[in-house]
Amino acid sequence: MKKSEINRARSLRRTQRYRLLFLLPVLIEVILVFVYPLFNNIRMGFQHYTIASFVNGTAPYIGLKNYVEIFSNPLMGKTVLNTLTFTVGSIVFQFAIGLLLALFFKLRFSLSQLMRTLILIPWLLPLIVSATAFRWMFDHTNGIINQFLLNMHLITQPVPWLITPHLALLTVIIANIWIGIPFNMVLLYGGLMSIPDEYYEAASIDGANAVQSFWHITIPALREVILIVLMLGLIYTLKVFDVIRVLTGGGPANSTQILSTWSYSLSFTDLSFGQGAAVGNVLMLITLVFAAIYIRAIRASLTSSR
Amino acid sequence: MTRLTNTKNGIFLGLGLIIMVIMLFPLYWTIVASFKTDNQIYAIPPALFPPTPTFESYIRAFNAEWHQFISSLIISSGTVVFTVLVATPAAYALAHFRFRITVAVIVTLLLAQIIPTVIIANSIYVIFNNIGLLNTYVGLIIVDSSLGIPFSVLILRAFMQSIPTELPEAARVDGASDFRTFLAIIVPVSRSAIITAALFAFLFAWGDFLFALTIITRPGKEPITLGLYQFMSSFSQQWNDVMATAVIASIPAGLLLTLAQRYVAAGLTAGSIKG
Repeated sequence: MKKSEINRARSLRRTQRYRLLFLLPVLIEVILVFVYPLFNNIRMGFQHYTIASFVNGTAPYIGLKNYVEIFSNPLMGKTVLNTLTFTVGSIVFQFAIGLLLALFFKLRFSLSQLMRTLILIPWLLPLIVSATAFRWMFDHTNGIINQFLLNMHLITQPVPWLITPHLALLTVIIANIWIGIPFNMVLLYGGLMSIPDEYYEAASIDGANAVQSFWHITIPALREVILIVLMLGLIYTLKVFDVIRVLTGGGPANSTQILSTWSYSLSFTDLSFGQGAAVGNVLMLITLVFAAIYIRAIRASLTSSR
Repeated sequence: MTRLTNTKNGIFLGLGLIIMVIMLFPLYWTIVASFKTDNQIYAIPPALFPPTPTFESYIRAFNAEWHQFISSLIISSGTVVFTVLVATPAAYALAHFRFRITVAVIVTLLLAQIIPTVIIANSIYVIFNNIGLLNTYVGLIIVDSSLGIPFSVLILRAFMQSIPTELPEAARVDGASDFRTFLAIIVPVSRSAIITAALFAFLFAWGDFLFALTIITRPGKEPITLGLYQFMSSFSQQWNDVMATAVIASIPAGLLLTLAQRYVAAGLTAGSIKG
């Protein structure tokens, strides 16, 4: 190698090191409030936390005892089942309604664009606000939902939505579906708009009807978008906390307890931070499965440099 | 695209209105309740429009919650500044320079968006307890930034990738350093993307409930989301006042939506947001 080349390689290395400074703040922040807490939570899963731990800052290691405790707790089965019901129930309807609305607003009738924009408003408000609105609407004695159903003669007695175990889960699912519809609609609408009109024109020349074009053109063309929407839907539903906390607090009798809310209440109500961490880690493992599928799906757009 | 006939257009318009009413009803019902009197709120059947609109609830709610509104403003503004300062240079570097760690950094940012917040909150509580950051604005700003930083870096990087390389390269030929190029060329060109990132960082921080619930353990610095929750769960639950608080808590989001529509739209179409 010639001397000038060595110098160039050296200066390039120096530039690279200098350029890493642009990334430094983000790296510090992400390590401090994401990577480290994550590993710390894994460690906490093996520790026994008591009130004393917060005074003297020590928590003894107890191996897998937290995991034994949570898996032998009857609430584990119940919470996992609730999480599954909540997630599947939310996603199926959010997605189906979101897709229907996306198809509907693609029709471009008068005011369709304005309406499509207005429907997005609730999405941008604090979740706490929407959840509070739902709590008021589903109120047993004064809620508008019961008043409406009574007026329509669909029920004869006010329904205790949020205080009856099997109804409470249904109610939080309904609220969560409503919250998730705009997100599904926006992403699917974006996908629909990227399908060239010529596809549909060609199909209609070949004599395809609307249903046939939907199954043979729209769905195949949307395949990638659908996968991404569903994975993000799963991921975000597993994250849900605010909605349940406000509507039911996980009750009555743990009937709306999902993994995220159970983890929190183990830590902050029962003060068993070790067990709370263990439940959180189980939730993390489940989330990572879907995260892997999602990241694989968008991999191409990540590595594309310019 | 074929034009719709008048009849079809009418039917669709009607259907669209029904859909919009259903989707916006919770919001409408919140606003209606906030303008009702103490008696009207419990009237059966409930009035679909406040019979004698009153600001009583707003006055009571504001008197009780104004300091929480200020807290929210401090926390959200701090988060915006911190997020933009941290995310913009990173986005530039990830868009224009080649690092061995580029993919690793991006995947980590995605995971930070994906991993349930409750896990981080559980761990952060213990960490902050040890280093004395519980019940501080700084603590809350640092963790709230983690809600917006991944989104901001990704959206800014996507935008900066669309800036032609000739632009920064010309500056470099003229002898400008990377940092100077970044400040003098990249930042001004990316202004609208930076505003979008800032706006969503604000909305994320303003809407945060879980971190506030975890980190603010005594009265004094709680943001309005936490205030609304505590107000609603209190025994003297007065729904018109609760709803007035909910409306107040929605004001900044509402303002930004009307004043900065263009930027909101840009953020929404960027896709994978909302944690």
